[in-house]
Amino acid sequence: MDPRVAGRAHRLNPFSLLVRDAGWFGVVAIILLIALVGGTLLVLLTASPAAVLSTQLADPYLYRVVGFTVWQASLSTLLSVLLAIPTARAFARRDQFPGRGALLRLMGLPIVTPVIVAVLGIVAVYGESGLLNRYLEPIGLSWRGHFYGLTGILLAHVFFNLPLSIRMLLPAWERIPGENWRLAAQLGMTAGQRFRQVEWPALVGVLPGTISVVFLLCFTSFAVVLVLGGGPRATTIEVAIYQALRFDFEPGLAAWLALGQLGICLILVVALHRWLRAQPVSRGLKTGQPRALGFDSVGQRWFDGILLTAVCGFVALPLAAVIWLGLNGPLARVLSNATLWSAAGRSALISTLATTLALTLAFGLTLGARRLSTRHRQQAAEGVLLAGSMTLAVPPMVIGSGLFLLLLPLGLTFDIATALVAIVNATLILPYLVRTIGPALMNSGARYQRLCLQLGMSGWQRFRLIDWPLLRKPLGFAVALAATLSFGDMGVAALFDTTGMLTLPVMLYHQLGAYRFNEAAVTALVLIVLCALVFVVVERLVGQWRS
Amino acid sequence: MAFLNVDQLRFGQGEWQLAADFEIERHSLTVVIGASGAGKSTLLALIAGFEQATAGRIVLNGIDVTQLPPSSRSITTLFQDHNLFAHLSLKDNIALARHPGLKLSIDDWHQVDQAIARVGLENIAQRRPGEVSGGQAQRAALARCLCQERTLLLLDEPFTGLDPARRAEMFELIDGLRQERGLTIFLVSHNPQETRYSAASALFLHQGQIKARGLLSALLASPPCVELNDYLDQVPAARSPK
Repeated sequence: MDPRVAGRAHRLNPFSLLVRDAGWFGVVAIILLIALVGGTLLVLLTASPAAVLSTQLADPYLYRVVGFTVWQASLSTLLSVLLAIPTARAFARRDQFPGRGALLRLMGLPIVTPVIVAVLGIVAVYGESGLLNRYLEPIGLSWRGHFYGLTGILLAHVFFNLPLSIRMLLPAWERIPGENWRLAAQLGMTAGQRFRQVEWPALVGVLPGTISVVFLLCFTSFAVVLVLGGGPRATTIEVAIYQALRFDFEPGLAAWLALGQLGICLILVVALHRWLRAQPVSRGLKTGQPRALGFDSVGQRWFDGILLTAVCGFVALPLAAVIWLGLNGPLARVLSNATLWSAAGRSALISTLATTLALTLAFGLTLGARRLSTRHRQQAAEGVLLAGSMTLAVPPMVIGSGLFLLLLPLGLTFDIATALVAIVNATLILPYLVRTIGPALMNSGARYQRLCLQLGMSGWQRFRLIDWPLLRKPLGFAVALAATLSFGDMGVAALFDTTGMLTLPVMLYHQLGAYRFNEAAVTALVLIVLCALVFVVVERLVGQWRS
Repeated sequence: MAFLNVDQLRFGQGEWQLAADFEIERHSLTVVIGASGAGKSTLLALIAGFEQATAGRIVLNGIDVTQLPPSSRSITTLFQDHNLFAHLSLKDNIALARHPGLKLSIDDWHQVDQAIARVGLENIAQRRPGEVSGGQAQRAALARCLCQERTLLLLDEPFTGLDPARRAEMFELIDGLRQERGLTIFLVSHNPQETRYSAASALFLHQGQIKARGLLSALLASPPCVELNDYLDQVPAARSPK
């Protein structure tokens, strides 16, 4: 304990100490989070009879599900990152071509595109009856009969994670000092030597973090596997939990699977934690590689050009296909359907509730952490910030399963389902917000704490004049991203919805399941437009609001 | 009665302990010298109220301020950096001294303008800290200190980043303000030579203990302890005449 407070500490109990050092806002946020995650765990543990476990442990299905989950996540990560390295390198080397900024923005689109919409686009372009197969079939290169299952899952995971990996790896090249390139030129290094001596040392700084994030995302992927898995051969733990609760109605099995998923995720997060810190994502800055050093050969230019075209085409085609199919679908019929708008309204309500809750929790945690930090309790401050990212280790499907089992006896009404989806979505987006607000508030605290104390600035006054101007822009982007992710998320909503009317993404999933592809295309178009609208409106509202 | 009485003050961080017991007179200029890690900035932080002492008292102008928060002490501090909020104009930064919510009366704004004029920043008052030189930014921070109308000005190596000419200019400005406004100044400096032109008194800190005190010029001319002698050997500029 800090020696300055040691003398007075004996008079305070641990709770009073926590309140004094973390503030009420921090304590309330921590209690809420612990109650949610701990409560979920408690429900799962009480709903997991030992008899079910012994039966399941003897069932090869369980091992097949766990094995496939790890296998598909490993392959997806390998493919995404291996392709991302040369593509990010090409982006770094070609730092001045027209449209570079637009292509980098395109690499950001899959992150905010609702998974179910992207899956529709992927099926339309790369599926068995898709655009690509139609051109490949005449020359005998068809993959008919092989798309659903591992192939489809890998394609979709690469679609989402290749662009993410590119944006996470690109800062490595942006950080290489110009002097290193000049030295490489002076020493007459070949392209391979430059990669080994100049680029690789920068790359190893960001590569483990990228691999960890992509692996965790693929490991807990739900909608992709649900739609493209194509049966029991290609089922992951998340999908198995969903099936156990919704189709087989085996709460005991679902609870054990959820606990297993939680255990594996916790082990992964603990093992990978030092690489899971917030990493800067490229905003498309210019690199330090000078053009006049004679590195640029014609062959390299061709290689980079072909690679960038292929990767951008791979990402852009499914998105373009969704828009094209939507515009050519039964627009009037779908748009005049009141159910569509009521689902859209419910999605907006869930997104608003989830974002508000997550934002409140994020501010509580980060203000508490800052207060702890200024009282020289750095470890406690880091612990509080880590609590905000706790939900990375506790997948939404696990929390959703706990809440599902808890409230099942009460009957899952539409209103209860809406509230539950909002709560689970809030835990899904909380890490994004904590990782945005945290560094900005901590930095403001480190720089201005003494000045604010001297000037007597505190509370709302300090937040309005000092913190908000620093937070406004990054928070605008993060809140917009969070609101959009929540608006387009299907995972837990699918668990709580039996009618296909709860949210727009679930409605789209039900239309796809019923083979109403024309209607699904229009619904997907509406979902994309609304997501873009949510993003733009929220970013402008938050990012431009002046205190 | 002494203006500032630092009475048996103790502060500890692990094995490292700071012990200080001294008084300073009203309108005086006191320079704290010592090597890095001697405890100079910690002593300033304790007087300002940024750190809480484990024992002892700080009495300012007859009032025990030991338990008071920094904004309630009649003390203002000029830090080495981060003196100004980067997103506010110099004028708004200075105005914060009058009201931390920037709700100023006409009279307050008049005082802000006077402080800006006193440090010679009239033409650039609407610029942000990033748009002016280091010297101009420190002038703005000094104007903010003036606007707070506090009696004790603490300076924590505030001009380290400036070139010698700017540093000399700032010391002259501060000494002028001390005489003009009756300020009492407590200054931490790496280079005591810079403040030699004034009749400053000095404290020499070594490993958290005050090892020597007296007139700065006298301490520099004939160090009364071996630690100060060793320190001055490491800072040759301190020995050379101005």
